[in-house]
Amino acid sequence: MSDKKFCIELKNLTKRFENTLAVDDVSFNVEENEFFTILGPSGCGKSTILRLIAGLEVQDQGEIIINGIDCSKMPANERPVNMVFQSYALFPHLNIKDNIEFGLKIKKIDEIEIKKRVDEILDLIKMRSYINKYPSELSGGQRQRVALARAIVNKPKIVLLDEPLSALDANLRIDMQRELVNIQRNLEMTFMLVTHDQDEALSISSKIAIMENGKVIEANTATNMYEYPSKKFSAEFLGRINIIDGYISNNDNQKIFKSEIFGDINLQNDIDIPQDAVLGIRPEKIIIERSSKNLENRIKTKGTVIDWTYYGDMSYITIELNNKKKIYIHVQNIHRNTLQELKIGKTLRASFDINDLIILEK
Amino acid sequence: MSYGEKIDIIDIDYTWSLKNYIRAFDGVYIVTIFKSIMISAITTIVCLLIAIPVAFYISFSSIRMKSILLVSIMLPLWTNLLIRTYSLIAIIRTKGHINSSLEYLWESTNNLLNFFNLANYEIMGESFIPLNLMHNNYSIILGLFYIYVPFMIIPIYLVLEKFDRNLLEASYDLGANHIKTFFKVIIPNISPGITSGIILVFIPCLGSFIIPDLLGGADSQMIGNIIERQFKSANDWPFGSALSFILIYITLVIISVRHVYSKLYSKLHLRGNL
Repeated sequence: MSDKKFCIELKNLTKRFENTLAVDDVSFNVEENEFFTILGPSGCGKSTILRLIAGLEVQDQGEIIINGIDCSKMPANERPVNMVFQSYALFPHLNIKDNIEFGLKIKKIDEIEIKKRVDEILDLIKMRSYINKYPSELSGGQRQRVALARAIVNKPKIVLLDEPLSALDANLRIDMQRELVNIQRNLEMTFMLVTHDQDEALSISSKIAIMENGKVIEANTATNMYEYPSKKFSAEFLGRINIIDGYISNNDNQKIFKSEIFGDINLQNDIDIPQDAVLGIRPEKIIIERSSKNLENRIKTKGTVIDWTYYGDMSYITIELNNKKKIYIHVQNIHRNTLQELKIGKTLRASFDINDLIILEK
Repeated sequence: MSYGEKIDIIDIDYTWSLKNYIRAFDGVYIVTIFKSIMISAITTIVCLLIAIPVAFYISFSSIRMKSILLVSIMLPLWTNLLIRTYSLIAIIRTKGHINSSLEYLWESTNNLLNFFNLANYEIMGESFIPLNLMHNNYSIILGLFYIYVPFMIIPIYLVLEKFDRNLLEASYDLGANHIKTFFKVIIPNISPGITSGIILVFIPCLGSFIIPDLLGGADSQMIGNIIERQFKSANDWPFGSALSFILIYITLVIISVRHVYSKLYSKLHLRGNL
């Protein structure tokens, strides 16, 4: 037994819908007070995992242990979890106060306690002046907050959020992301969120699990997931990456990666590398060189700009090397007058640090 | 015309008299009106109790099954009311399908008892007594139910189709069991359909006269029958129209109650895009 207390333990969870395997032998643990995010392309089974935990679907195989209690066969209404639905699913016939109170009233908690909790929640979501309004009278962001309040007011062991921000516009979404993180930290609750939005996953979660075709590919902390992914799929799904194809050869006790783009790259000997591994480098780790002096531990290259996307603060450029291979570079637009260098057709020298290379399993 | 007086076989004098209305609140008529309201109310309740589960079943079936079920509910509506009522008579009359099936069962059981030499004890009674299924108030309710239940199922089905299934999941998730979910989430949200259904069933029931005429007994006439008789056999058009107006007033009161209710409802819940 480990010392860490797990809020949720999933063991070999499998769920099949007719002919498709939605969740394929998934096992992972969620620690207490974590903001855990399941990230994956649509249809990868991430929402199904959430629904299995909530009890809205029944797994074909596997166990769901919530706070040390096996909840695998417990009906949804008895599980100590609450869900925030993608469509919010607020009760249209009840006002905001009644919506928030719904769960508490069902559990027959006494009036004084209900009032106290609802008051706290209304302050937390800053919706006190709306208690007598109906869901149809609220904006998307407000409905979102009420849906969250309705879930957390029950003090569940874990709050499940099924793409809660996908219906909001970009600015509001960023505000709500911050708000979610703050609420989660203040309440010291465990949140489990499902999303297909990489930026959202990175900015709010303490831990990310990446899913594909019903399987969890990899789970790690948010920073490690971006900086040190171990699988090619997760590296490509979370942010952009230049994949360097090639093969590994062991010459005189020196592991060398024979790449097509950059030639031979010396790798550290002590790390374990699978034979079919490829290397990757994040586009922002590549910098444009203005001088031609030799730098230690840096791989240098030269190419012509063939695409330039301007984002104001950043420029995303694609350069084509002499061997017709393309690499992506993200440049921060620090000076106005250097923008000229990025114009299509210009030739650039770029370099990156060997230490920033990521070794990826296929 | 309802304020007029009958002076001849065909002549009506418009005297602005309230005599017809006063007469309508007299003994037998007010009893009949009350009885009609009761029969219609019971029919409506029975329709409601049957229609809710049926509507649920339809709306939760697969798309293919849905169309089959909906057509099978609407199919009888394409046949004439009289034919449908007569077909019901064929089933429930003294020598109808129900009684002949029961008689067959009785005979087979009796034969079985004979086989065991138990016939002399007359366990099953001396002879088969057919059930008296017709010519009473229940047969009217059955007839009205049979004719009007589609008008209850369809509006309830329509609101159920628009009902957000996520609300059910949200309710379970928040700890409500199926019964609590039904009363606290489903019923309030499908109430517009229920009220439309009630109106669509109750009002035609109130004015019906063919069904009580065909299926009812001697004492089970409804207000519709009396009105019909005033216009036809009694030839008292002013009184007939007074009764009709009373019926219209009752109907108007019900519709206005519904209108106020639905206005209140839409003001409260259905503003915006839900």
